Amino acid sequence: MSDAILKLAGISKSFPGVRALSNITFDVRAAEVHALLGENGAGKSTLIKIMSGVYQPDEGVMTLDGGTIAFNSPQEAQDRGIATIYQELLLFPELTVAENIFMGHAPKNRFGAIDWSTMREEARKLLASLDIHDLDVTSMVGTLSVGNRQRVEIAKALSHNARILIMDEPTAALTEHDVERLFGIVRLLRSRGVGVVYISHRLEEVFLLADRVTVLRDGEFVATKPVSETDHDGLIEMMVGRRLDALFPKTEAPLGDVVLELENVTRQPLTKDVSLKLRAGEILGIAGLVGAGRSELAEVIFGMTPAESGTIRVDGRNVRIGSPSAAKRLGIAYVPEDRGRQGLVRPMRLAENVSLASLGRISQGGFLNRQSEATLARKSIDQFRVRASGIDQIVSKLSGGNQQKIGLSKWLATEPRILIMDEPTRGIDVGAKAEIHRMMSELAQEGMAIIMISSELPEVLGMSDRILVMRGGRIVAEVDRADATQESLAAAMMSDASASMAVAAE
Amino acid sequence: MAAPEATTALAPTPRRRWVPRIALSQELVLFLAIVALFVVVGAINPRFVAERNLQSIFLGNAYIAVAAIGMSMVIISGNIDISVGSLIGVLATVSGTLAVAGVPIVLSWVIPVLLSIAFTTTMGAMVAYLRIPSIVVSLGFLSILKGGLIVVTGGAWINALPEGFHLAQMKPFGIPMPIYFMVILTIAAALWMRLSATGRSIYAVGGNAEAARLSGISRERTVVKVFAIHGFFVGIAALLYATQLAIIQSTVPPNLELTIITASVVGGVSILGGTGTVVGSTLAAVLLAAIGSSLIFINVSPYWLRAVQGVLILVTVLADMWRRMRQARGRGR
Repeated sequence: MSDAILKLAGISKSFPGVRALSNITFDVRAAEVHALLGENGAGKSTLIKIMSGVYQPDEGVMTLDGGTIAFNSPQEAQDRGIATIYQELLLFPELTVAENIFMGHAPKNRFGAIDWSTMREEARKLLASLDIHDLDVTSMVGTLSVGNRQRVEIAKALSHNARILIMDEPTAALTEHDVERLFGIVRLLRSRGVGVVYISHRLEEVFLLADRVTVLRDGEFVATKPVSETDHDGLIEMMVGRRLDALFPKTEAPLGDVVLELENVTRQPLTKDVSLKLRAGEILGIAGLVGAGRSELAEVIFGMTPAESGTIRVDGRNVRIGSPSAAKRLGIAYVPEDRGRQGLVRPMRLAENVSLASLGRISQGGFLNRQSEATLARKSIDQFRVRASGIDQIVSKLSGGNQQKIGLSKWLATEPRILIMDEPTRGIDVGAKAEIHRMMSELAQEGMAIIMISSELPEVLGMSDRILVMRGGRIVAEVDRADATQESLAAAMMSDASASMAVAAE
Repeated sequence: MAAPEATTALAPTPRRRWVPRIALSQELVLFLAIVALFVVVGAINPRFVAERNLQSIFLGNAYIAVAAIGMSMVIISGNIDISVGSLIGVLATVSGTLAVAGVPIVLSWVIPVLLSIAFTTTMGAMVAYLRIPSIVVSLGFLSILKGGLIVVTGGAWINALPEGFHLAQMKPFGIPMPIYFMVILTIAAALWMRLSATGRSIYAVGGNAEAARLSGISRERTVVKVFAIHGFFVGIAALLYATQLAIIQSTVPPNLELTIITASVVGGVSILGGTGTVVGSTLAAVLLAAIGSSLIFINVSPYWLRAVQGVLILVTVLADMWRRMRQARGRGR
């Protein structure tokens, strides 16, 4: 194996309130596939954005061919031969394949105009060099399949003479046939000396494709190893291996009747044949990777994207939940993950946000009772220990944790019986986190039925009475609190025993 | 991210935040600007503050302030209506035509208001349920109304209006009717926006439609309601416009809709929706009218009025952006 082309040493990067990466070491050699692994939020995306010039590191050194470099923009990284293919492909659907490949550096004729025939010819050659012969360079990219679009992206990267190709979860949206072809292309590139950085959640792919693997955890470097020296369980342990801290004050709550029941509920594309039961006083954890269909399931239960088929029962009665207001009437509350977009009205005052879902409750004859509104807001400030200057503070000025508390108290003000929380503690500080966990335990003890979606395994393990694991829109495992371990959950979340991998393995 | 976040208390002490917020409110700034304008221009040319000129400033522009109330609500909800100018023209013509045709005067006042509500409610329904952007819907209405008006009236003016039709010329207790309308409707609308559940929904839908929807607030119903209420104010504005002069022209002042939108924006209503008050827009309407009049009194070509309005819009929008940026930066994440 040759020397490293690109080397990162001691890389750290912080965003306001979050240390995304600290002291990361990473390198890419010519003619290798280097897999980058880690749980959601481990810092993989931040790291590749540093390599591709989107972010600048706060600390640390990057060297390319032995010389220190600092990219001020993705353009600079591209000029130095580092190309990145993101999960969302960045193509122009209304332009042709050839135009997309040569976007920004089209061959010109002597009059300075685009030389169309050369461009088409070059595009054809590039695709042929990737062993792609079935793609018409004059067709609109918008008409292509996802797999073909990805091939166009790869060709585009190579048109910049990329020596390092970074691929962020390239197989996430591909069919099995496309996965196979992608693997072929990646191996072809490797044989030509390109260094490939490959991010994937599917461990099987790492063993099929990668030469070395680097694992990140909570923004820290865990290890870099040759793939031949690791195995499935070893990788999972490296990814999740951290101690369960005492953050989770889960107390036993007596379980009551089944309040919510789903039977074979389906909503394409990411809720498939889901059945579950939720009891009063129970905290039901839902684990899974990003894209496993957890939030989508919550959106079905809350009526944002109503179920297409299957049965939903609340208190044993069949119900149809066609909209969030219908869900609200049934006593269902949903605290979304994306506070900024879905949770709060930022320019509004704290009190106005708390009462937003209870306007009917606090008004008479169409007019709001400002007194009850203020009482409601003060109560939630006390109950949640919200740090705010008062009930008139504009919510966008609160910290993330306090915003989350307001989002939660908005829904508790509706006095729900079923509470769905999507990533209740993502991105908030440890203190606020503990308080939200304490609140959840208290609510469960009062008989609230809670569904908690979380990507943090310690949180799932610490807070849940029962855990469902989702993958590809289905519930693939159900584990009791007593039997669950990080390893068993992670294995259920990630192991991809489906036919696609079996085919690709050949 | 699982990485612990620095625990920072961002909450400032209430007292310190309270004072500058009052000091910076758009309404107060506008009020002071109006006072300053009258003092300064009045000192240069005392005729500016003579009763006759004050009357012409307030009476001639009260209908703009009234229309700006509805417009502000529409913009706060995250929409816009650029057809108001044409609609006012059509409604004024309808009102005058009815009165000349011998319909009871009260009906010639009420029917245009109802018609206005019908028109804007239709617009609102198209915006809400067909999901067509309001600027497109109202652009369509603008063309239809403008074209229709010219075809129907043939550009003729309406005169020989019956006795008692001229609502805007009445002066109960010595105060001209348009002042009553402007003041009472502004206060009523301000209280309603602040105290009613629907008013709150309008702010919520404009501030974050998705969060409002998830809170069980129907965007569709809120948008239809806000357009319907807007129609009421447009109807009243048309009435004041129709009844202020002896004749009704078949045309309205050019760019009337832009003047009304300017009043809303300069009044502090964010063009992005979610914030602003109707008190601000009324004060801005008065300020704009006073500036227009003052140009004459300090011997500046009135053609500068447009430029001054433009500068005011840009200054207000820049101030709004600056405020938002500060807000975003002050965020705890």
